[in-house]
Amino acid sequence: MEESHGGDRTRSLLCSICNQRRPALKRPKTLQQICRECFYVVFEEEIHRVIVDNKLFKRGERIAIGASGGKDSTVLAYVMSELNRRHNYGLDLFLLSVDEGITGYRDDSLETVKRNEVQYGLPLKVVSYKDLYGWTMDEIVKMIGLKNNCTFCGVFRRQALDRGAALLKVDKLATGHNADDISETVLLNILRGDIARLSRCTSIITGEDGPIPRCKPFKYTYEKEIKLDYFSTECIYSPNAYRGFAREFIKDLERIRPRAILDIIKSGEDFRIATSTKMPEQGTCQRCGYISSQKWCKACVLLEGLNRGLPKLGIGRTRGVTGERQKDDQQIGVKNLQSKACGSLDF
Amino acid sequence: MACNGTGCQSGCYKDGTGDQDENSSTENKLAADANGVDKHRRHRMTCLKCKAVEATIFTGGDGGGRFCADCFRSNLYGKFKLAVTSNAMISPIDKVLVAFSGGTSSRVALQFVSEMQLKAQKNYDATANRDRSLPVFGVGVAFIDESEIHPVTSAVLDKAVEDIKQIVCSLPPPTKELHVAPISRIYSTKTSDGKQMLQNLMNSVGDATGKDDLLAHLRMLSLQKIAVENGYAKLVIGSCTSRIACHVLAATVKGQGYSLAADIQYADARWEVPVVLPLRDCPLQELNILCSLDSLKIVEIFNEPGAGINGLISSFVKILQEENPSRECTMVRTAGKLTPFPFNRIPEANVDDADLVSQRRQKKFNLKPIESLPPESFCPICNSPMSCYSNPELKPELFRAACCPSCQYQILPDESSSMYQFYSLLPESIIARAKNGNQKWIREKIQDCLLLDEEDEV
Ligand SMILES: [Zn+2]
Ligand SMILES: [Zn+2]
Ligand SMILES: [Zn+2]
Ligand SMILES: [Zn+2]
Ligand SMILES: [Zn+2]
Repeated sequence: MEESHGGDRTRSLLCSICNQRRPALKRPKTLQQICRECFYVVFEEEIHRVIVDNKLFKRGERIAIGASGGKDSTVLAYVMSELNRRHNYGLDLFLLSVDEGITGYRDDSLETVKRNEVQYGLPLKVVSYKDLYGWTMDEIVKMIGLKNNCTFCGVFRRQALDRGAALLKVDKLATGHNADDISETVLLNILRGDIARLSRCTSIITGEDGPIPRCKPFKYTYEKEIKLDYFSTECIYSPNAYRGFAREFIKDLERIRPRAILDIIKSGEDFRIATSTKMPEQGTCQRCGYISSQKWCKACVLLEGLNRGLPKLGIGRTRGVTGERQKDDQQIGVKNLQSKACGSLDF
Repeated sequence: MACNGTGCQSGCYKDGTGDQDENSSTENKLAADANGVDKHRRHRMTCLKCKAVEATIFTGGDGGGRFCADCFRSNLYGKFKLAVTSNAMISPIDKVLVAFSGGTSSRVALQFVSEMQLKAQKNYDATANRDRSLPVFGVGVAFIDESEIHPVTSAVLDKAVEDIKQIVCSLPPPTKELHVAPISRIYSTKTSDGKQMLQNLMNSVGDATGKDDLLAHLRMLSLQKIAVENGYAKLVIGSCTSRIACHVLAATVKGQGYSLAADIQYADARWEVPVVLPLRDCPLQELNILCSLDSLKIVEIFNEPGAGINGLISSFVKILQEENPSRECTMVRTAGKLTPFPFNRIPEANVDDADLVSQRRQKKFNLKPIESLPPESFCPICNSPMSCYSNPELKPELFRAACCPSCQYQILPDESSSMYQFYSLLPESIIARAKNGNQKWIREKIQDCLLLDEEDEV
């Protein structure tokens, strides 16, 4: 079913860049067949261009690289440290990891992150759920049982990196979200009818007005080029953390037309969305200071329940109590559509 | 809800609370099944609308719709009628052309337009004072014969055309004219062999999706040509919610995020004869139910499943819809929130003064001048608005630059050496559109719309 464009079906004998070595892969973006050595050069150069063209960082900034131990964040750590050195960005880089406190679960990924620390000479900071929330996931599960724990997974994980970054006083947080992730988010926002998120989900920097801006140097980078092998860590507490439809659809699309992933991102950037429908005003949580449209942020509501021994507080589908609660329920509604619901900890 | 607390504008009577009711509606349905034997059964199974008769039709949509046959019919027709009246789609002096492919959606569009015409006729006949009554709009039907591209035996084609004639004859009075035209009619009569040129043009496109889309663009050109030549004022297309949901994804996946808003509104006056979509709020599933309920005949010809990416999207949307019966509606509603273009409404000049009733009912778009800035140019192939200005000076070698990136990729030849050949195969109307004429013509139309906006504000 592959579409025919030019002579890309025929296998070239030599790398189309250096014309010396045998090609090792075909780039989805350009359909060029190139050798491994040339791939690394163009790959890193592209990320450099993205960083420079979008003014992602300023000299002297303290940047946390969200490190999950997954492929995306490992490659990001490598490329960032390499480019910082090569192009003299003058950035103070370190790895930031979150330990959820699930016995056995983080062992492997923390090992990977520790290896990255040594390999790329980047300092590593690990913040634990215990530090951030006073509870480990194991303790939470013991308290509430397996049934509702994904509410906690989702809410706590969404905030953990930001909270850790705030704790460590960083200027910016860089995450390993790649082009596949972003195109999936565009589709999910269309499917769930969230025009406000649709309008901002393709931004390369978000939260610039908030305490800690996030940026995505891999916005235009194909997952295929990051993960030359597939790596996934699914939430061991979630009984059916199945991969979503949307991600499979994107993979099918990529098979027929590789550029579709970038076309989806382009669409996301070009949608005509009235400025008035952009994000609603966001205040801060009166309890912890985290951004929240309600008096208390979702994590604080959940924590209050845990601490008072009423763990069901803040869970469930009762409508109209807090707006934020509804938003989270909405996310649960499409959980089976998205691949990184709460399961994989690859942020 | 904090993010988008507006109700559904698409008339699907969903209260805009988003996806969360989906779960509860499924739960209700399950609960209803489980309690099927208890004493509440009769209450649970009555029609949601009249609450008097037992429901026999389950639409599964928002709120787990269940209706008796009469209420189902009137509910579906109601969505059509609301779309027509609130967007001034048909005015009494109009002659409207209904595009009929033989499929379910356009079959229902044809039926509903005829019913509306019959009602108007009855009103007219019942009015004593003829001078004061509204005239009755005229209806014609167009069928595009695509056998030059999708070869069928002449027996199959003859049978299909015969069936279509039968369908048109069996519609309620007044009589409707049927136009059957081969798709190669888009080539002018001066062209000696339109059929050959058309086939060469289609064969020059290697990309399966591009071929599929090009055919859709040519089909629109054919319909426009029939409409212009026969003095029709509107072209009615039967695109249903499901079809539009697929288009939302297709446009997104092809990088057409900017132009998407233009294609999914009720009215689209970027064409010489404005296009209207009165079935925008009707899911395919409901149209299928109506067709079997009322034994509306369908003609299966040329409606093959989409190719390439289009085919993939149809099957994806089908799965989504099965998993959640209001998914298509949500998708169309999301895309409906994108800012439309100034041409996404029927120009006032087309609305007759006598039609005060329909004018009063008309919900005006609240287009803010800044948000609705007109596009700089239009792609000569797909007529998509583009945000950047393209070179109006037209030569074959510059044609590529005048097209949108999506058409450049999936329809135009990769090699510039093949460009002359491709250009020479294009029908005159596409060349004319590229030659600035179309852009100027649309600008004038847009100017009308913009002026009206300013008047509205005064
Ligand atoms: Zn090479
Ligand atoms: Zn979980
Ligand atoms: Zn808080
Ligand atoms: Zn009823
Ligand atoms: Zn185009």
